[in-house]
Amino acid sequence: MKSPDVIDKASLEQTAVKLRRDILTMLEKAGSGHPGGSLSAIDIILTLYSGEMRYDPKEPRAEMRDRFVLSKGHGVPALYAVMADKGFFPREDLLTLRELGSKLQGHPANALLPGIEASTGSLGQGLSVAQGIALAAQLKGSKQDPAWRVYCLCGDGEVQEGQIWEVALSAPHLGAHNLTAIIDSNKAQIDGLVEDVMPLGALVEKFAQFGWHTQRIDGHDIDAIRQALKAARDETTRPSVIVADTIKGKGVSFMESDIVGWHGKTPNREELEKALQELPS
Amino acid sequence: MSARLMIPSDVAPAATRKAFGSALQKLGATDDKIVVLDADLSKSTMSMHFAKEFPDRFYEMGIQEANMIGTAAGLALSGYTPFCCSFACFLTGRFDQIKMSVAYSEARVRLIGTHAGVGIGPDGYSQQGLEDLATMRSLPGMLVLQPGDDLEAAQMVEHLATDPRPAYMRLTRQNVARVHDDNYKFKPGVFPQLIGGDDIAIFATGGTVGYAVDAALRLHDAGVKARVYNASSIKPVDEKAIVEAAQQTKGLLTVEDHNVLGGLGGAVTEVVTEKHPARVLRHGVHDVFGESGSPEDLYKHHKLDADGIFDVAQGFYKSLTA
Repeated sequence: MKSPDVIDKASLEQTAVKLRRDILTMLEKAGSGHPGGSLSAIDIILTLYSGEMRYDPKEPRAEMRDRFVLSKGHGVPALYAVMADKGFFPREDLLTLRELGSKLQGHPANALLPGIEASTGSLGQGLSVAQGIALAAQLKGSKQDPAWRVYCLCGDGEVQEGQIWEVALSAPHLGAHNLTAIIDSNKAQIDGLVEDVMPLGALVEKFAQFGWHTQRIDGHDIDAIRQALKAARDETTRPSVIVADTIKGKGVSFMESDIVGWHGKTPNREELEKALQELPS
Repeated sequence: MSARLMIPSDVAPAATRKAFGSALQKLGATDDKIVVLDADLSKSTMSMHFAKEFPDRFYEMGIQEANMIGTAAGLALSGYTPFCCSFACFLTGRFDQIKMSVAYSEARVRLIGTHAGVGIGPDGYSQQGLEDLATMRSLPGMLVLQPGDDLEAAQMVEHLATDPRPAYMRLTRQNVARVHDDNYKFKPGVFPQLIGGDDIAIFATGGTVGYAVDAALRLHDAGVKARVYNASSIKPVDEKAIVEAAQQTKGLLTVEDHNVLGGLGGAVTEVVTEKHPARVLRHGVHDVFGESGSPEDLYKHHKLDADGIFDVAQGFYKSLTA
């Protein structure tokens, strides 16, 4: 599988604006879904698919591809927007999100849509699956030179799940150094702020204590995301976790100012128009 | 069909988990896609034999069943064939992981649940898988198997190397009698008929099959021609055998070391109700929790041994002919 083309930062930022428009447009059409956590994750996912990961959208199940597991499955509009932009499926399919018969399920379904690596949506599970994919790459290649890398995006609220901490314990022990976990730390969940519902405390330090290579970055700064992914790639013994500070609803002012409210509520037509004005194409 | 089994008398009873462990070790030598995961129970599930011979393809996951199941799914989605082993109760207790990461992700994980039912004995209910067949059967696309003896267990392991479906296999801690001869060949969706007879049909599975055979032979001697099927393929079930039994006999008796709700009893009843209504008596653990005791005492208590099945079957036949 050939090395990916690295897209320059300015045009990537422009694409990110376009994909934010796509996310909001498909969610308004669907009438249900999760805008806040899709907008917080989009810069991370777009950057992964724009120079970091090796993949072929025309052959999405090619064996030697790098893999991305969206453990926070409710953020899938962001992944669909990136996949359409990269040519996994036609962009107009985005408007079938959540419709009966659509491959674009409300939460990711790998059997229906090639390019989705695992079915997720019940939180806490994707990181274990990603760990298994990482171990498979070491069997296919070697422990030192795994055949592929795997990336897993989790929500910060999701880190409350016990299974995440099982992987926190196991991945360093199993030597899953080709696994990079990214935590989309957007600070809010359905019932309130993460800090109020069930605080995570010193998250970076906790993962470091478990034996992970850790980084903390601004999850909307494409250069910072790229540098962190490179540092994770350069790490040859430990799994990596990148805690990405993000803003829920990033790019839409009225969502950024009510991050809990816009977790699982979609914009109506009027709100969509207002949001799109803030995201000039 | 003969009313007698043609099993050599020198074949010793064996636990299906032991047959699994040997077969898995053998399979590991010929198929390098086989990987094995266990959650601190490899000495009990018998995955230790594979672990010793193929340490690079064995993952000791510690006491982390949910993580083990997800990790197995990742290995399966990357082209490997993971056998994911624990006690039946601990595996199927992680139903959400099995539902999402295995079944809905179409990951070819082989979930191996050993220590099925009250047959494990003194450890009591917390270690007794009594709901696993019901829960695993409820997942679309899942193959659910329970061998009736050691020979069939080994054949199922070989079958699982190539079957495209996610699968659950349920195994016994205790020894069970051999009920198949060397010519037997396991096929999913087929219940091998072990004993002929047209008065009643007994569908037994897992640890109860050998006892059902003993009970049926005594029923024949007592004038009740009972036929016996080894219901080893819980999903898909053998609809043809069930319908034939409903047409040809006066009633169907299901026997399982599992709750009577949702397991073999449920599966047979569903087919009969829709395809050829007939009387069915579901026998097993009657919607109660398991308890401590020796395996023998527990099988006697729940009427799952040969005496118990004989009594239940005779009583059922009387009620059908009264």
